Amino acid sequence: MTTLTIGNRLDDKDAAEQSKYNRYNGITSGHRACQGCGEALAARCVVDVAHRVTGGNIAVVNATGCLEVFSCVYPENSWRIPWLHSLFGNAAAVATGVASAFVISGKKDMRVIAQGGDGSTSDIGLGCLSGMFDRNDDVLYVCYDNQAYMNTGVQRSSATPILARTATTLPVRGYMGNAAGTGKNVPQIAMAHEIPYVATASICNIRDLEEKISKAILLKGSRYVHVHVPCPLGWGYPPSETVRIARMAVECGLFPLFEAENGVVVGSTPIDNPKPVEEYLRAQRRFAHLFGKNAPPEIIETIQQIASRNLEKYRLSGEFSHE
Amino acid sequence: MNKPFATVLDSATSLQNKTGSWRNVKPEYVNRLPPCNATCPAGENIQQWLSLVQEEKFLEAWNVIMQNNPFPATMGRACYHTCEKTCNRGKFDGAVNINLLERSIGDLAIINDWQIDAAAAPTGKKILIIGAGPSGLSAAYFLRKYGHEVTIYERHIKPGGMMRYGIPSYRLPRWVVDAEIRRIINCGIKLSCNKHVANIKDEMRNFDAIYIATGAPIPAKIDIETNRKTNILDAIDLFKKIEDHHLANTAALGEMLGKIVLVYGGGNTAIDAARTALRLGAENVKIIYRRTLEKMPAHDSEIQEALQEGIEILCLRCISMIDGNKVLLDKMNYDAENNTLSKNGENEIIIADSVIFAVGQYIDTGPLANVDGLVVTEKGSLEVDKNMMTGTRGIFAGGDVIPGKKTITDAIGHGKKSAQCINAYLQGIEITPNAKTEVANFKKINTSYFKTSDPLKIKKFDAISFEEKNISLPNEKIISESRRCFSCGNCFHCDNCYGFCPDNAIRKSPDGTLTINYDYCKGCGICSNECPCGAIKMVAQLD
Repeated sequence: MTTLTIGNRLDDKDAAEQSKYNRYNGITSGHRACQGCGEALAARCVVDVAHRVTGGNIAVVNATGCLEVFSCVYPENSWRIPWLHSLFGNAAAVATGVASAFVISGKKDMRVIAQGGDGSTSDIGLGCLSGMFDRNDDVLYVCYDNQAYMNTGVQRSSATPILARTATTLPVRGYMGNAAGTGKNVPQIAMAHEIPYVATASICNIRDLEEKISKAILLKGSRYVHVHVPCPLGWGYPPSETVRIARMAVECGLFPLFEAENGVVVGSTPIDNPKPVEEYLRAQRRFAHLFGKNAPPEIIETIQQIASRNLEKYRLSGEFSHE
Repeated sequence: MNKPFATVLDSATSLQNKTGSWRNVKPEYVNRLPPCNATCPAGENIQQWLSLVQEEKFLEAWNVIMQNNPFPATMGRACYHTCEKTCNRGKFDGAVNINLLERSIGDLAIINDWQIDAAAAPTGKKILIIGAGPSGLSAAYFLRKYGHEVTIYERHIKPGGMMRYGIPSYRLPRWVVDAEIRRIINCGIKLSCNKHVANIKDEMRNFDAIYIATGAPIPAKIDIETNRKTNILDAIDLFKKIEDHHLANTAALGEMLGKIVLVYGGGNTAIDAARTALRLGAENVKIIYRRTLEKMPAHDSEIQEALQEGIEILCLRCISMIDGNKVLLDKMNYDAENNTLSKNGENEIIIADSVIFAVGQYIDTGPLANVDGLVVTEKGSLEVDKNMMTGTRGIFAGGDVIPGKKTITDAIGHGKKSAQCINAYLQGIEITPNAKTEVANFKKINTSYFKTSDPLKIKKFDAISFEEKNISLPNEKIISESRRCFSCGNCFHCDNCYGFCPDNAIRKSPDGTLTINYDYCKGCGICSNECPCGAIKMVAQLD
């Protein structure tokens, strides 16, 4: 396509599922996500394209979290697909059971998605998830990473970036938000299990997200896709900026887009001119204290180093051809 | 109650939860004015015809151009394309080559003999147009479309005005001018050439309205001391000589001009004269201009082309005396802040076989003399009101004869506007000016969604000749260049709003039409932010 838009009237060959008039809308209107919710958008993209690729043969197991809370408020429900919620930490295990049940009952075409936020994935459900990876169960696990426990009031998770302010990592005298040197990198943890497929994606690039889900949903064994979903409430920016914030995170290298097969990175989306992280940080109130008068001037550099390391680690200068 | 344990409500879809009630701002689809359209003197809807070119709908695109400008092939060559200067893409990776695309579409129309839609039903009103230049012909075309009976009187033997007698054929070939004029005249317009109107007053009895489009054909004179042996002529006279003899006597003209030619002036006519002299065989052509190169009124691309052809431009010089083949120049100081010129006391003598003057043109006040109410301004232009009407009721004027920028595109724009005003006058209706539309400036464009691409650049001249260089672009090139358009301020159906809405509040119908479902729109504004072309506006939700 001549443009990088979701669709284009001149060329619908490469247009995204999200640009099709008859996309499935697996999560329908009326859900109670905040204005400008990145997670609601990402979940629809994932479910719609999976629905298209599998011919409607999908079932979704949801962990507790924003996505579950805003889409399923008794007695209303926003899901237009088979959807199951059990507990905060057991989505991966329940999905394993659902997948086995389909096999046993002869429904071989059914594909299973387990999904949750960063809290259920990297903290509470990591044990179940690791078990699922260990057994190589036939489930696609999608993590919508908004980098904290948002629906309970923005508490830190192990996916919260360093130096970010949350309700539990307040910047007070001597502390600059979430401590440096903490946190987990779940895509890397998934890769360490050497499962068939691991990928990262962002809502700023829906065509790329759809491509990865389309690929992952049809593969056998455990697959993991980690989607970056900015949160206007928890990150402190106007709801209209969600996609822009996501784009800035990708363009500075803080959120690298890559694919890995059997534990090895096989491709990444190159960044033409990596932007400094400062632009991304300044756009969010959770980093405002880094620019206050008490902030040490070299503090931005620690975050810049993470981005620069990513550029090298995932070879974002364009060594992989991913286009 | 026959429900499972602890269940008291019927399960339902969340569609019953109308989240639109959360909203305090709401998105609206708008059509903002693209900067190209905003600056086009002819008022062309450039973005609209480019969008049709993108879809390979060349005939439809041509029809859209013809709604505002009956000379696409001519303008695709002779227009100074202010549109490209303001093109938002210029701030990204280079403006869209609108001029070349217009030329391509205009040429297709001539080659395929596309015709103009039939005029409206006859109104019985008769209008006289004096002067068959760009302005007169444009007015004739639009007035004819309204259904009026139009007569044009032209004093030259051929129609075209400055398109024929002011622009050399290497920039604007005559087959183009002839074809586009013929198409207009064929709509049922009476054209009488070689007819000089000595007195406008006499014509008033025979017509319901008159449009004066006589232009500014009289070359300005500068008082310079000369002697008899000096070879001096005006640029306009030179062009006319070439035109009226169909290039037959170029050898004789070339001999008359000699090998070293000076051109005095800094406008586009000076550049045209210098390049014409080169084509007539001059070996050394210099342009003498009073101010600095930056201050030259000639269009920048024209200056560059002249320099490429080997023409020298001597700035900060005035001609003070011409004695035989010796030309005495005063060197000047220019104060850019106050825009003042002064002699710096130094002199220079250069040798020249002839000197061509291109220092401006005046209107011919002769035919205006006996009409009450016609006012000629101090600067020598005919005064008109905002409805293009002169001081005399029923007499209108436009083009170079009235104050303004004096380009062909402006003249065409005047023709269109005057036609609207004359029509309103004849129907006895008031013209309501269009509401000002907000311009879609560069800030409204989300450039994240565009890939950089080099603009289509084609060298328009490669040989010094009176023949135009043949540029016929393959359709793919025309289409790919048109697809570089940002579509500023107008939806091009990229589906970003539809795809990015977290609440599925934008609906898309099978034909691609997008509508906002305000029942569920929470007013987050992502659609407006991510719209690549600035076609969604967030407005306050007052109820």
